[in-house]
Amino acid sequence: MADVQLKQIKKSYGQVNVLHGIDLDIKHGEFVVLVGASGCGKSTLLRLIAGLEDISGGELLIDNKVVNHQPPAKRGIAMVFQSYALYPHMSVFKNMAFGLKISGKDKNFVREKVEHAAKILQIDHLLERLPRELSGGQRQRVAIGRAIVRDPNVFLFDEPLSNLDAALRVQTRVEIGKLHKDLDATIIYVTHDQVEAMTLGDKIVVMNKGRVEQCGSPLELYRHPRTQFVAGFIGSPKMNFMKGKVSVKTEGSIYVKLADGVEVEARVESGAIAVGEEVTVGVRPEHLQESLHGEGRLKGKINLVEHLGEVSYIYMTLTDGSEVVVRGDGETEVKVGEEIYADYQPQNVHVFNAQGLAFKRLTAAEADAPAAAMIRQAAGGNT
Amino acid sequence: MLNKMTLTMPWSGMNKLTLKPDLGKKLMVHAVLLTYTVIALFPILVILINSFKTRKAIFNDPLGLPDASSFTLVGFEEVLARSSFDVFFFNSLIVTVLSLFFVLLFGAMAAWALTEYRFRGALFIAALFAMGIMIPIRLGTVSILQLMVDLDLVNTRTSLVLVYIAQGLPLAVYILSEFIRTIPKELKEAARCDNVSEYKIFFQIVLPLIRPAMATVAVFTMIPIWNDLWFPLILAPGESTQTITLGVQQFIGQFVTDWNAVLSSLTLAIAPVLVLYLVFSRQLIRGLTAGAVK
Ligand SMILES: Nc1ncnc2c1ncn2[C@@H]1O[C@H](COP(=O)(O)OP(=O)(O)OP(=O)(O)O)[C@@H](O)[C@H]1O
Ligand SMILES: [Mg+2]
Repeated sequence: MADVQLKQIKKSYGQVNVLHGIDLDIKHGEFVVLVGASGCGKSTLLRLIAGLEDISGGELLIDNKVVNHQPPAKRGIAMVFQSYALYPHMSVFKNMAFGLKISGKDKNFVREKVEHAAKILQIDHLLERLPRELSGGQRQRVAIGRAIVRDPNVFLFDEPLSNLDAALRVQTRVEIGKLHKDLDATIIYVTHDQVEAMTLGDKIVVMNKGRVEQCGSPLELYRHPRTQFVAGFIGSPKMNFMKGKVSVKTEGSIYVKLADGVEVEARVESGAIAVGEEVTVGVRPEHLQESLHGEGRLKGKINLVEHLGEVSYIYMTLTDGSEVVVRGDGETEVKVGEEIYADYQPQNVHVFNAQGLAFKRLTAAEADAPAAAMIRQAAGGNT
Repeated sequence: MLNKMTLTMPWSGMNKLTLKPDLGKKLMVHAVLLTYTVIALFPILVILINSFKTRKAIFNDPLGLPDASSFTLVGFEEVLARSSFDVFFFNSLIVTVLSLFFVLLFGAMAAWALTEYRFRGALFIAALFAMGIMIPIRLGTVSILQLMVDLDLVNTRTSLVLVYIAQGLPLAVYILSEFIRTIPKELKEAARCDNVSEYKIFFQIVLPLIRPAMATVAVFTMIPIWNDLWFPLILAPGESTQTITLGVQQFIGQFVTDWNAVLSSLTLAIAPVLVLYLVFSRQLIRGLTAGAVK
């Protein structure tokens, strides 16, 4: 068992504070994905867990033991670097066997282990080659193989797929997912890629400027982002944000008047909201429907249409100048310059206050089943 | 004169740096390089051809090739028979090889420590090495001699080896530090995760990766040592510890110089450095780190 616990982990380089107290609780066998803007401290956090950097404050526990001052090798971790970091003068076999050999394992044992790992990763025909004679994807798999043979309790991946082309990325992503099931190991995985994060992670940790912004399952983050940052980060294309003022407030729903006068309805817990408060409204492109007729609620002029085949993304500018992306039909006929309307369901609208904190949307069940919401309203709610 | 050979070295390494110049530029560069090569090789060629000529032919036609009438091996015979050439040769070789070995070993170790670890006094030590590059060791000859007398090392090859290590170390540390800095830190970190000890990281990962730099340093270090006349003359002039450059001097008299013998021994002295140079230059493989990252 290898639970990983971070308690108020801090890191500073001299005067610069990079991590400001990270709390995380990772269960054995979990696949945790760290995401966040460039420079927010993901790699640093990974390196602290690996033991490659000293922890400035807080406690790190692996398998319920404090490991703050243990060297990397003693922590039972294996790290796969973004840049592969293969030993260039050693063959693939030696690269994978090096760590085992150093720890004095029996030769046959080492050979067996390496060959087994190579078979899983489908690089068994490359064992005698040097790293420079491999393609990027093959190198990546060697790097993963080098981690596997050591039977670590915790795998640390730092953007392992970022150097691969799109096709190879998908393939390797699937392989990593399978690997996780086969190995029954804890994985902490850093990525910039939405799809990787959503598909691989049991749990996604969104980081921002050295803090954990939110942590939860992919769907949870998608449905209930706690802050505007998380809302903008999870989902692709990005959520649309529009500024406005609260104009009407009822139990379980509010109306926000946008700068161009349009009123947007949102089903959120309205207890803490004051009429007249400045808020930001967020709607995902996939929750906006194009419509040519006037019943839509957002009106704008199209300045770009991207046809992706099954869907198309329509970029339009509202009359107040804000940009909104609408996911349209794959074969939509709308043209640049035309005016269209975008319709939405009130339960899909997110509302954030001036500090960027979200008002809780009524839960999916409540929002998806208007009846439930009505019962709730009838009962007077609890807000 | 052998110093000239080293100068072709950095160029052979730097070719890869030049960004595809156009043809005219290429011709220019080659013209300059060829001219330089001719100038550099000319004295060596003169030594070579004249060592096979009679004394008379040397003076009559210094640039002519030996022909049937002027060809002779008398210089070589004299060198091998009259002097203890084998002893000199062996002395030179052992002093050079030992000094070289230790300069490379200690140089790489010091460079690794100075670049990889933070410790108190690192800056001070680095500054000392930098000073070692700037201040010629010969300025300290008197104190070195005193030290060697006190240590009872005068007229030993050990004294030469010690001095040459001190002489070669600063530049070696400097060059090797630069190379060690270019090794991606992920490689070392990967090794640390693999439970590899610091010594093993140094010997099994860092050393193989800086092999080309080691070869460069080896050539730069070896040739001044092999050619040195100063310290052998001062520290080890005894018959049994003379190096070859010192040994040759016995043929150069105040009034008569046995040119046949001088040129022949010089010719013979070129051979080993040439061999060592070839050995090292084979190590100058490009792109050894290719495939490590990215
Ligand atoms: N050795 C260091 N000294 C000082 N500051 C550092 C050092 N290493 C990293 N930092 C700083 O720490 C912050 C976090 O860096 P880190 O590499 O963890 O970012 P990241 O989230 O991994 O970014 P990316 O997504 O671009 O890889 C950055 O602002 C960086 O400038
Ligand atoms: Mg990073």
